[in-house]
Amino acid sequence: MKKQLHWYDRLWIVTIIYLGLGFFNILFAWLGLIFFCLPLILAIGGKDKLYCNHYCDRGQFLALLGGRLGLSRKRDIPGWMRSKAFRYGFLAFFMVMFFQMLYTTWLVFTGARQLGMSVRLLWTFNVPWHWAYPVEVTPWAAQFAFGFYSIMLTSTLIGIVVMVLFKPRAWCVFCPMGTMTQLICKVKAKEE
Amino acid sequence: MASKRFALPGPLCVACGSCVKVCPLDAITIWKGIIAKVDSKRCVGCGKCAAECPASVITLVAREEAAQ
Repeated sequence: MKKQLHWYDRLWIVTIIYLGLGFFNILFAWLGLIFFCLPLILAIGGKDKLYCNHYCDRGQFLALLGGRLGLSRKRDIPGWMRSKAFRYGFLAFFMVMFFQMLYTTWLVFTGARQLGMSVRLLWTFNVPWHWAYPVEVTPWAAQFAFGFYSIMLTSTLIGIVVMVLFKPRAWCVFCPMGTMTQLICKVKAKEE
Repeated sequence: MASKRFALPGPLCVACGSCVKVCPLDAITIWKGIIAKVDSKRCVGCGKCAAECPASVITLVAREEAAQ
């Protein structure tokens, strides 16, 4: 029995559009704040994990690559990777890196540091990305865009690697947004 | 006639909803955004959810075993 497709089942295209736009103009990276805020707003607003369950473009993108396009080996994820320690540890690491990115933006804002026109992959490798900055804007706004795009591209790359090695949506197991929204849901359920 | 087995999500479920999407009988729901819950009466134990689950925390349990 084939399931009825909804409009939100095609949101995988958003991942491609987002990463594509950021390749040509880094300022589009600001749109990524939607992917950060919406899951939290929905979870706090009583919609539980509606974002993960229906609207997550990345989850759909990875499911498409690993499922329909057959790029995944479809093996079980290692036990340690689905453990609570790893999930919460990865969330903590992700948050530290996020605030470090905000700090760099602050340094550029105060003039203590120059704008770095590169994307930092896997929090380590600086990849030149200067062509994606065609129109000059306030330096801190551009720095935030480069930093945010780095996070989005890095997490997509990790998602693709674990998609190939394990199951299509293996990223969802330790996705920081998913962990955060589940935590919010747990707290809300306890309060009830 | 009820099937011999049914799906049972484990406590490490991340509530991503992958299982909900593949269940042909709509027997799975995400309870309060915390864990997947399977309606054992509707579940026929086809195993699609277990195969799809990215955390591999869904197991197929024999009904007799669960009843004991």
